[in-house]
Formats: sequence, C-alpha cells, structure tokens
Amino acid sequence: MWRYTLKRLLSLIISLAVASLVIFAVIEVAPGDPASFMLGISAQPETLAALRTELGLDVPKVQRYLTWVTGMLTGDFGTSYTYRIPVADMVAQRLWVSLPLALYALTLSTLIAFPAGIYAAARRGRPGDMGVMGATQLGVAIPNFWFAMMLVLLFAIKLRWFSAGGFAGWDEGPFAAMRSLTLPAIALALPQAAILARVMRSALLDVLGEDFMRTARAKGLTARQALWRHGLRNAMIPVLTIIGLQFSFLLAGGIIIEQVFYLPGLGRLIFQSISARDLIVVESVTMLLVFAVIFVNFCVDLAYAAVDPRLRART
Amino acid sequence: MSLLSVQNLDLSIHSYGILKSVSFDVAAGEIVAITGESGSGKSMTALAVMQLLPAGAQCSGRIMLDGSNLTALPEPQLCALRGNDIGMVFQEPMTALNPVKTIGAQVAETIRIHTRTSKAEARDRAAETLARVGLPQDRFPLSRYPHELSGGQRQRVVIAMAIARHPRLLIADEPTTALDVTTQAQILALLTRLAREDGMGLMMITHDLAVVADMADRIIVMRQGEIVEQGETKALLHNMKHPYTRMLFAASSHRVTLPQTDPGPPLLEVNGVSRDYRTPRKTLLGKPGVFRAVDDVSFTLARGERLGLVGESGCGKSTLTRALLGLEQVQSGSITLDGEPVFTGNRPNLAVRRRMQVVFQDPFGSFNPRHRVARQICEPFHLLEHPPTGTARQKAIDEALTAVGLSPTDAQKYIHEFSGGQRQRIAIARALIIRPELIVFDEAVSALDVSVRAQILDLLAELCAAYSLSYLFISHDLSVVRTVTDRVLVMQAGRIVEQGETEAIFTAPEHPYTKSLIAAAPVLPDLDLPDPKGLTA
Repeated sequence: MWRYTLKRLLSLIISLAVASLVIFAVIEVAPGDPASFMLGISAQPETLAALRTELGLDVPKVQRYLTWVTGMLTGDFGTSYTYRIPVADMVAQRLWVSLPLALYALTLSTLIAFPAGIYAAARRGRPGDMGVMGATQLGVAIPNFWFAMMLVLLFAIKLRWFSAGGFAGWDEGPFAAMRSLTLPAIALALPQAAILARVMRSALLDVLGEDFMRTARAKGLTARQALWRHGLRNAMIPVLTIIGLQFSFLLAGGIIIEQVFYLPGLGRLIFQSISARDLIVVESVTMLLVFAVIFVNFCVDLAYAAVDPRLRART
Repeated sequence: MSLLSVQNLDLSIHSYGILKSVSFDVAAGEIVAITGESGSGKSMTALAVMQLLPAGAQCSGRIMLDGSNLTALPEPQLCALRGNDIGMVFQEPMTALNPVKTIGAQVAETIRIHTRTSKAEARDRAAETLARVGLPQDRFPLSRYPHELSGGQRQRVVIAMAIARHPRLLIADEPTTALDVTTQAQILALLTRLAREDGMGLMMITHDLAVVADMADRIIVMRQGEIVEQGETKALLHNMKHPYTRMLFAASSHRVTLPQTDPGPPLLEVNGVSRDYRTPRKTLLGKPGVFRAVDDVSFTLARGERLGLVGESGCGKSTLTRALLGLEQVQSGSITLDGEPVFTGNRPNLAVRRRMQVVFQDPFGSFNPRHRVARQICEPFHLLEHPPTGTARQKAIDEALTAVGLSPTDAQKYIHEFSGGQRQRIAIARALIIRPELIVFDEAVSALDVSVRAQILDLLAELCAAYSLSYLFISHDLSVVRTVTDRVLVMQAGRIVEQGETEAIFTAPEHPYTKSLIAAAPVLPDLDLPDPKGLTA
C-alpha cells in the first residue's frame, strides 16, 4: 500500500509539472497583450512600456514561467492586472464559495444516488426500478439553469424559505452561508445524482451477475444481505470514478448556476478574467483547478486501492 | 430413508421446459454423480435442490431433504438451510470467491450466518476448516485474498466454505472442469474423503464420465431434462440399457484411426526458442523482472506428421503457439517453416503466414457475429497476393464447407444459426480454405460435448486421409491427443520435458512429470463396447 501511494504521489507531481507548462504555453500564445488591452488602443508607447515593466511582461518567458511557478508554490499568485490586488486573495475569497458549494452538491448527489441506484438494482425490471430509471432520465434531460429558476420560483418567491440569490458570507455564521448555498447545491446536485444513480445501478447489476454472488446465496445469505455484504464494495470502482469526475466538474463547472444565483464563485471569476484579458488570474485559477482535478484523481486512486486488494498488490 | 429424495421434479423457465419428471435419491454418505451433455439439465437440477433458480423459474414436484419439502419452504427457512444443511461447490474457482474479501472472512461468514459465534471463534473454526481442505494456517493465513491463490487452492477455499457447517448434503457442480488434471485428481480425492469422513451425501455434477466412474457409488445419466438411466456405478457401466448412455460412454473414449503416412522432410523447425515477458518492477526505480514463459524449446514437425503438445495451464503452450504463428517475437532461437523464418525483422513473414492456419478453442468467441459464413471462412484470403474472386472464390467456399461435412448453402447463414460442433467445423473450413501446409489446433475440441468431440475427431481423421494434413494439436486432454497424433511433446514450466512416439510415451512415460500427468488423468474402465451406430454420422 505504501509503494502504491508513493507511486501515485509521484505521478501527481509529474502531472502537475506538465500541466503548469501547458497552461503557461497556451496562455502565452493566445493573442492579446494585457497591457495594451488595459490601456486601450490610444495609449502612449511609453505608458505601455511602463505598464509592461510593472506587470513583469518584459522579462524572458522562461523567467516568467519560473517566477509564476515558484510564486504559486509559496502562495504568491501574482497581482491581478485589472484589479491590482493579489490574485491569491481573490481566489481564496471565491474558493470559500465554490468549494463548499461543490462539496455540498456532491454530498447531496451521493445521498440521493446511492439509495436510488441500490433500490433500482435490487428491483431490476420491476416497477420500482422503472420509476427510478424514469426519474433519472428526467434528471439528466432537464437543463440545470431551468431547474434552478424553478427552484427560485417555488422556494424563494412563493414559499420564501430561501433567498433568490446572492451569498450571505461566512461572517453571518455557517448556517446562513449554507442556507444561501442550498438552492444552488440542489440545482447542481440533481443532474449529477441522476447520472450517479444510473452508474450505481448498472455497476451493481454487473456485480449481481457474478459467480461469487451466487456463492454468497449458497452460503445462506438472503438476496439483500448478499447485495450489501458482497455486492456493494465490488460495485464501487466505477462509482468512485464518476464521483471524482463530478467533483472536479462541480468546482468550476457551476458557472451557469453561479450566474443564476449571483454567487461570487470561481466560475464567474474565470469568466470575468478572460473577458478582461487578466491573464495572470486566468493562469492561476486554471492551475488551481488542474491541481484540484489531479488531487481528486489521486484521492480516487487511493480509494480504489482501499476498496480492491488486487490493486494494492499490483504496484 | 434417503437423505435427499427428488420426486417428479418438473422445471420450466418462462414456460420453457427445462426438467421433466426428474426423480432420484441420495443417501447419507453416498456419492451420486449426475452426468450428461450441455443442456441436459444437470446444473438446473442442482440449483433446484438449492432453490436458487433464475428469475421466471417454475418448479413442481417434491424435493425432500430429511423429510421437509424444499419446494414448499418459505425463503427465510431456505436461507437457514443453505450453507448449513446443503453446501455447494461451483465450477469456476476463479470467480466463485469475492475478490475484495479475505479467504478467512469468507469461510468465517458461512459459520457466522448460521450460528451465534463470536468473530474470534468463527475465525478459529474457519482456520480449522481450511486446514482440513489442505490449506494450513502457516502457509495459507486467513488474511490471504483470493487473487493470491492458484485455481486449485481457490477451489479448496470454496469447498471449505461449503463444508464449514458440516452439511448433510454437498452439491458439487463441475468442481474440477476448470482445473488441470493433477489438481483435478487432488480435488476429487478431497471431496471423496470429506464425504466419507462426515457421512455427507455428495451430489456430483459432471460432464466427464471418466471422472465419476471411479468415485461415484451411483450414476444418473440425463439428457434434455430427463433422466434416461440411473443405477449403481458398476452395474450401470457393465449393463448400459439406454442407447444414450452407451453413446456417451463410447464417445468419451472415442478413438480414431489416422491414415498411415511416412513423414517427409522437416516442415516446421523450432530451434532453441525462448520467450520472455516483463514482470512489474519490485521497487520504484528498480529493473523490471523477467518471466520466461517458453524456455529453450526445440522440436521438428515433419511434412505429413501429426504432432501433439500437452501440458497443464501456464506451462507455455499458448505462448509457444503465438510464437509459431508469428504473432509475437521471440527473444532467442529460430522458428522456420520450410526453411523460411516466421518472423522477419519486426513483423510476421507473410509468405510463411499464408502457409499455416489455426483453429481455436472457443467456437462461440472466434467468429464475428455480424458476418455471414462465406465471409468468415474467406478471411484467410487476405494473406494471399492474388485472392480468388468470382466463381473461383465460390468454388473454394463450397469445397471447404463440403470438406467439413456442411452444405454449400450454409455459406449464406450467420454464425448464431449453428451449434457449437458446427461452428468448430466452420472454423476448420476457414483454416482449410487456403490449403495451408500446417494447421495448429489450439484446444480445438476442449469446449465441445463428448459426442460432438467424437464427430470432430472423426472429421479430422477423414481430412488427414483426404488432404494429408500436417498439424500441431495442442490440448490438455491426454486421451484426445493420444488418438489423433503420431508424436507428442510434453511441456512443463516452459520446457519440453519429454517427446517421442505418442503410443510409446503413453504406455511407457519416462519423465516423472509425464508419469504424473498420465496417472492423474481419469480413465474409463475398459468395457469393450461396440461403437453404436449413428455416432460417427
């Protein structure tokens, strides 16, 4: 297990190094000079040069890359071209919205998907299964922004249980903050739950057809006991894969939901920075997201090994 | 009174009849074998006794175990019986165990389901049971996972799970079919010992008459869901009443007579061939290990010769086959056909490839289900520089199909329209169509029922006479190799340990490994029965 962890860790570091190079290169070759964009087309060449020096755009690319990477390692993400404040502060502020939102949504989605998937698999072909499958079909099909608006209409405008948008902030206490994240989290969670429930069901059905499930029944376990004791853990590999992918997506992919609910999240930050050619912010947020994805994959790999002893043995 | 009494058992799945008034008894301490070909309903009989039938199954009749009728018991009571009073061992040891739980936990589970035992006590009992089936604690700790054990050892774990509660009835469904002959002999001996020691009734399901001939007290022969004959083993074998039983027996020990040929000049020459595979690194930056699957193998196959290759799983047979066909590069040595290397540079030598063909084991997996037979058997034509077209192509198809006993009209059918035996004929037609000089039969009859196997062996003998074939026949089944080859190679752990005339090797093996293989192979008693009509048709 130690060797496996070490190997995964090494692969995590290499992936991060490669990703940072690619992100830097791609953003460098993208057209548009941030300095001239900030000053407009009528700017004086001297002012432009001064701004370029100030932003650190006049040094060689290799040096810029190294400054950027070492800066990030020490928590210094540079200064935003547009807002002139440290990128690290901006990102941290947004992360305090996006990270809890993603975790909230993922928790909800897992809490819905697991029972639904297990229930459907245990009742394959019966009305219960068809009902769950129909519901998941709907969950995948409904666009989440529309669903978000329906949530606002019902729970914010009609019932007045939640606010229609905005983020209360953590200063107001965890309850108020989580409350303002509840509707967005539901809107994000539902389509993910539908997908996860389908994956859970099909993974379980695959396992239910395995020989060892018949062995378990021959020992005297009831169908339900066999499913819980022998089926579930074997079905976890595909489910964990999807959970990992969904978390990475939820972290930044909720931009539409952030717009609908006026949430100051990472998705909106990245969108605004791209429009403003604030490349340093785009670079840093992208790198952060890449780090999140790779780190989540690392965790998923460790979870695989915890679930399946054969993976521990292989490496 | 008998332990298990099955009376007039009828079974249908989605109103499709599977079993028809099956009746038999198993007494305590008795070993009863149920035998028959695929589709005879023998496994369904076992599952019916366990009441673990697939969805949609309807069963009527009575299955009495010690006075209670299993078909009428509610599910909770059946759960209490399964594993406690009836144990079951399955065919596939590789998949019958949960891969993510330790063997100790899996054996202990059987005990904990049925008794109020503490975890520690259940573990102690599991350790005792595992020791009883030949997996002592010091060498096979309870913390082992199934993937850390061989097939035979896994089957021992499955047996331990089944007998942990000392059930009165043990059902074994083809328990040794997936195992090598030497392992098979050990598992059969173990099952017999356990049944005798515990006075368990043992209901043994197998397609292999030879397996049961010397271990079962009684034999039940099934065909198409019905029992055609049952009786004491000795009496039944010496006085077979039903023609199907006689056919089954004759087909199991079917021999063919190959036409006499004088081996010509060497055709296939294999010289000092070794094939290595890399194994995972032991340390993070260490060198990867090397596993030598084929180790310094040399032999010659003469033109017109029928050569056999026998050995247990993992001995390197398949690796050697792939190397012979030029599918993989070897690390050292040379393989030549008529003096030409099968592998030149980094790619197979096409000039040689078109002169050899192969017939694989699985008649279901080796065809593309979306192509018609004509297209399937013309596949080898792509090896030719000028493949026949139009009427020449049609003629080749007709000839190949006729040669294997099928009709030219079959060319327009799809593969799912044929039975396993017919598919294997089509596979042979596909190999024959470019008139190869060498055919490799890789376990080509291993997946077939005995009666079908007998027919394919006859076909092989006929084709030998018609086309003077040269072939390499690879099999783990010694009795088959004995009848269709002139010479045989015995392979163990990547090396050829003995080779010589087939009859000489089988009657007087010299190498200890060959001796143990031949000793372990189950044989039917010699009853000198006439070959019933219709078998070779």
